[in-house]
Amino acid sequence: MTFELSDRVQTVPPSGIRRFFEIAEERDDVISLGVGEPDFATPWAARDAAITSLEQGKTSYTANRGRRDLREAIADYVADRFDLGYDPDEEIIVTAGASEAVDLAFRAFVDPGDTVAIAQPSYISYEPGVIFAGGEVLPVSTDEEDDFRLTVEGLEEAGADEADMLVLCYPNNPTGAIMPAEDLEPIAEFAREHDLMVLSDEIYAELTYDGEHTSIATFEGMRERTIVFNGFSKAHAMTGLRLGYALGPADAIAAMNKIHQYTMLSAPTTAQYAALEALDSCESDVREMVSQYDRRRQFVLSRFREIGMDVFEAKGAFYCFPEVPEGFTAEEFAEEVLREQGVAVVPGDVFGAGGDGHLRISYATGLEDLREALARIEAFVDDHA
Amino acid sequence: MSEREVLELLRENARYSTADIARMTDLEEDEVEAAIEELEATGVVCGYQAVVDWDKLEDERVRAEVELNVRLDRETGYDDISQRLARFPQVKALRLVSGDYDFDMEVEGDSIREVSQFISEKVAPVPEITQTVTHYVMTSYKENGIELGDGEDDERLSFSP
Repeated sequence: MTFELSDRVQTVPPSGIRRFFEIAEERDDVISLGVGEPDFATPWAARDAAITSLEQGKTSYTANRGRRDLREAIADYVADRFDLGYDPDEEIIVTAGASEAVDLAFRAFVDPGDTVAIAQPSYISYEPGVIFAGGEVLPVSTDEEDDFRLTVEGLEEAGADEADMLVLCYPNNPTGAIMPAEDLEPIAEFAREHDLMVLSDEIYAELTYDGEHTSIATFEGMRERTIVFNGFSKAHAMTGLRLGYALGPADAIAAMNKIHQYTMLSAPTTAQYAALEALDSCESDVREMVSQYDRRRQFVLSRFREIGMDVFEAKGAFYCFPEVPEGFTAEEFAEEVLREQGVAVVPGDVFGAGGDGHLRISYATGLEDLREALARIEAFVDDHA
Repeated sequence: MSEREVLELLRENARYSTADIARMTDLEEDEVEAAIEELEATGVVCGYQAVVDWDKLEDERVRAEVELNVRLDRETGYDDISQRLARFPQVKALRLVSGDYDFDMEVEGDSIREVSQFISEKVAPVPEITQTVTHYVMTSYKENGIELGDGEDDERLSFSP
């Protein structure tokens, strides 16, 4: 028999990165700056705690919302680091990666026909997530001249005042942009004024290299309309362990938990033990990784300027977002630099509105490889000047 | 303050070029050079050496950790004894430590015989030294913060969102 695909699945186009995989397969000397995950292994103390939990046979389900001690640790952590106050019993849910939490939120709060405004360029999963939930996507483009920060003008221009929900991801994947408090304030006001629910993906919050990360949920009147997402993948280098969480008002978290308890039951138990230890004792590991990323960030930005490619000063996550030189589209540049020089980068248009003409460069890679990759990009640019 | 940052990077990898250190710290190259000169001139940085995994080489290298107990008197202090010992080129490291013994000494040589002879003929006879306990290094797993052995491959997908 042939399967009849659902309309929702058919609506979502295949991943734009797919074909690059095949080109990358053809060479064995590829240096990848296309990776959206840390090059560090999970801090050893967290891995050790996971191993110990396995040795002790801690392999059963946990409470749907995650272990109580982990939720308490998360509550303390977000209060301490980001000034966010959430009750571990009712306002926190632990999920299989922040991605699951984002999906739960779309399914819990989006009805068919609802409009979800997404600040773009952004992580590629939001748009499919909205479509799978039956909603309509309203892209809100951000621009290089604003350092890829979301502005009220941008929201108005896109017609986001009519939307039901707004999705933000700062520090941003793919641009590396951050939203300091003074830039978030008017966005919060816009959300209140037009009664938008806000999904704020703050998975890269720890990776902020200029000042401190501010969550939109900390603004007056925002806590009750915001779900904050965070997790252990980026700051604690735990991508493969799949552990994230959502913070929100009790009734919202209860709605998300309703889906979670039927579809996931509970987040991976072993990962929960690792996460508890990560919050308990790995702060210095996080600081060390952040300082390494910061050095690489400055290195990569300096090199792009030396090469003569325009690049705005990315201040968060582990990405920068240079402009492709004249004569190329982002896609062409990415394909040719991969074929000719064996450097993998992701064309910016993959990430939605405002991403065209740019490349996402991940510096979650050791300095030796970064140095070599940038030298190859320089050679490529010189060859095609 | 820039010296501190430069020092951190040199400790991470002393072969970083000044240009790369400048890029990473957002300093000018001549500022980096000046910082390194200052660190060297004040003796904060007193040398640069390679971290070696001897197991990867054919030729034998014998290393020993030696515990030393000493007896002090009115004329002789720890510094006097340490100076006598530290001048031997076989002694790679010498530290005064707390605990059951006084000095922790690292010795290196081409053979067990050479190292043993050095300890029995040059170290043990020093009048203030009352006891030596020699531990030969059998395998090293980590040196100067660097794990030895074959590194792990990067198993990440070349593209991920």
